[in-house]
Amino acid sequence: MGLCERCKKAQATFHLTNIDRSGNKAERHLCDRCAGEEGLVQSGKPAVDVDEILQNFISASKSGGAELSNLVCDQCGISYVEFRNQGLLGCPNDYDAFKEPLTRLLERTHGATHHEGKTPKSLGLPRKPQQDLRRLKRQLDEAVAGEDYERAAQLRDRIREVENA
Amino acid sequence: MSGPLDQVARQASEWLRGTGPLHEIVISTRIRLARNIRGFPFLPRADTEVRREIAAAMHGAVRRTPLLKDYVQMDVEQLDELDRTLLVERHLISRQHADGSGARAVLFEPNEASAIMINEEDHLRIQTMRSGLQIDAAWEQINAIDDALEANLDYAFHPQYGYLTACPTNVGTGIRVSVMLHLPALRLTNELEKVAQAARDLKLAVRGLHGEGTEALGDFFQISNQITLGRSEEEIIDDFRSVVIPKIVEYERATREALLKNRPQALDDKIWRAIGLLKNARLISSHEAMQYLSHVRMGLHVGRLDNVDLSTLNELFLQIQPAHLQKLHGERLTGEQRSIERAAFIRARLHTN
Repeated sequence: MGLCERCKKAQATFHLTNIDRSGNKAERHLCDRCAGEEGLVQSGKPAVDVDEILQNFISASKSGGAELSNLVCDQCGISYVEFRNQGLLGCPNDYDAFKEPLTRLLERTHGATHHEGKTPKSLGLPRKPQQDLRRLKRQLDEAVAGEDYERAAQLRDRIREVENA
Repeated sequence: MSGPLDQVARQASEWLRGTGPLHEIVISTRIRLARNIRGFPFLPRADTEVRREIAAAMHGAVRRTPLLKDYVQMDVEQLDELDRTLLVERHLISRQHADGSGARAVLFEPNEASAIMINEEDHLRIQTMRSGLQIDAAWEQINAIDDALEANLDYAFHPQYGYLTACPTNVGTGIRVSVMLHLPALRLTNELEKVAQAARDLKLAVRGLHGEGTEALGDFFQISNQITLGRSEEEIIDDFRSVVIPKIVEYERATREALLKNRPQALDDKIWRAIGLLKNARLISSHEAMQYLSHVRMGLHVGRLDNVDLSTLNELFLQIQPAHLQKLHGERLTGEQRSIERAAFIRARLHTN
């Protein structure tokens, strides 16, 4: 990676290739700031603020540190702190033993806290209506976001059916 | 230097034959499921003895599963380093599984379309592989294998969290869908980073040819889901099938067409230089060879080249890698010897057809 061709100070992170009608290629290599000043990227707050995410992550890891450090799984003996250090859990029971902090972690990494999809047949679980509802509601949000109102109306009717069932 | 895998090295895996839908851009589709068994700790917490017990329980379940009766079984713990690397190069086991320790094994279908790793990060890692974009076929098979194994095993499953895994990043469905793409035109026009960023914005992971830890993208680009909780297998698969992959394929196609139309000489130069180098080099690294093979592959698919056989090319991608090269050569080679042997091997293969 080279330096920004405009300010010649910062790392060039923005690479633009223009190919005109006759096929001539012109490349530009700029740093974020110069790209912003040339109006090539939306200036202001970036969509994803890495610092903010890191801050949240750190404060979330620290919050309740005192109680969390006492959490230990009585089946495999791993502590929550050990888990956070190595990134891997010790046994299936940890999901219950560390339920509270783990649920927060799952919410951050997956944006969800409940499984949807396949379940072992041996458990003989009927397909849960809550699962269907969550899925339908998410699909409804997507349809509305995509301005697909016909589909949204169908989904709304399906949701009513499930809720009234 | 003969071993159980000598014969395997001579042929390309089924999924590398380059025959599936959209194969001119989509190299392969892979799905894996992570599964663990109730009553045992996860592997990081399992000592040598417990690992052995887990492996024995898995082997027992496999024996009771008729669907898996023809699978080739390899005791990874007993294999030498070269054979383990060969399995990694064929995507039958992960680098982590190869470098691990203690009781561990792999079973794979003779055509290598499916494989089961025992004692990797989870007790079981099931995978299916297909040529081109065949997510449904890969899902259908892995779902059937999972059902068949489940009949003989007590999976660790939680009513809220789903299938439990050693790492919470895999919990829920335990599914990872990975599609390997060949995007030389996007790379040539410096558009690849844009595609990577768009994929990351969709919470998809982007990696190089050999998955985790291979950041250098080259012309090959592996894209996989990261979210495994809160979305069903069908939803995850559908994102790939109807949204993500068709968009990237279309982008690469349009870029290839634009290059053909606007800069045919520049494109031909890349392709014919690659041919020239591969047919004449006396020392070549696998990285360099891969780059030129990639340009030749593109040349074939955009119709600028027809005197290279596609299946030869696909085999070369596999066989120029260090472990394959040494297996085919029949003895261990130092780095420089490998470069010499690789160059000779490529020259021989490209001149005979």
